[in-house]
Amino acid sequence: MVAIRPAQASDLPAISALDRRLTGSDKPQYWQDMLAPDRHFLVAESTNGVLAGFIAGEIRAWEFGQPPAGWVFAIQIEPELRLQGVGTQLFEALVTRFRENGVTRVRTLVDRKDHLILSFFRAQGMVAGPSLQLDKDLS
Amino acid sequence: MKLQTGTRLGLYAVLELARDPDRTLSATDLADRFGVSGHHLAKVLRILANAGLVRGGRGASGGYRFTGNRRRTTLMDIVALFEPTPGHRAKEPGEDTDIGSALQRVLMEIDEIAEATLRSISLETMLKSKGPSLRPG
Repeated sequence: MVAIRPAQASDLPAISALDRRLTGSDKPQYWQDMLAPDRHFLVAESTNGVLAGFIAGEIRAWEFGQPPAGWVFAIQIEPELRLQGVGTQLFEALVTRFRENGVTRVRTLVDRKDHLILSFFRAQGMVAGPSLQLDKDLS
Repeated sequence: MKLQTGTRLGLYAVLELARDPDRTLSATDLADRFGVSGHHLAKVLRILANAGLVRGGRGASGGYRFTGNRRRTTLMDIVALFEPTPGHRAKEPGEDTDIGSALQRVLMEIDEIAEATLRSISLETMLKSKGPSLRPG
């Protein structure tokens, strides 16, 4: 059982630590910036006050020529608390906020080799969108 | 994306049986449902049974039921039983030329996207999708 609430500055050390443990990269400033008023940054807190996970997103209008949509930038769940619906609760809470702000589409970018997160978003009903991401190595 | 007939039948059969794991359907029932030959489907069902995805009775009238894990089995797990593993197929003539290798990179890009898509969709996700045809019959 978890409670979903907006992230606060006091959550940042736990958020950074969870992300660092799961991704291997340390980016405290990035998470600090997610507290900006135009961002939607939510945490899932277990009954004993421990961080179970978080999700971050933003509504972007006309990004790459696309009509306004809610973007999911990041989602992380404490590994020991996975498969208990925490990710789904966070996703649904974020989507509710997007809907309340008038958008009818949610969007994200996923590493195509990350089958775990791809499966998660698929299970939420997400399908391939209208855009293709293109990259070029500049080194 | 073009899938071989056996692959499509494998997907059809597993999804149909996984809709209701308690239900038993004969190879003939399944073949009639999809308008295919019972003989061809029987071969496909043997491959699925060897992979532990279905368990079946003997003969055309013997019943099959789903014995896999809907949440853990992806569409790619089934496709991989019938199609060559991407990146492990036999070399085609002309691939060593500059045009051939450039074309190969494009085809690999397509394969990678297709594989990622198939690997990300579990039977559970597929069966709970909003399409009316996938609701339990």
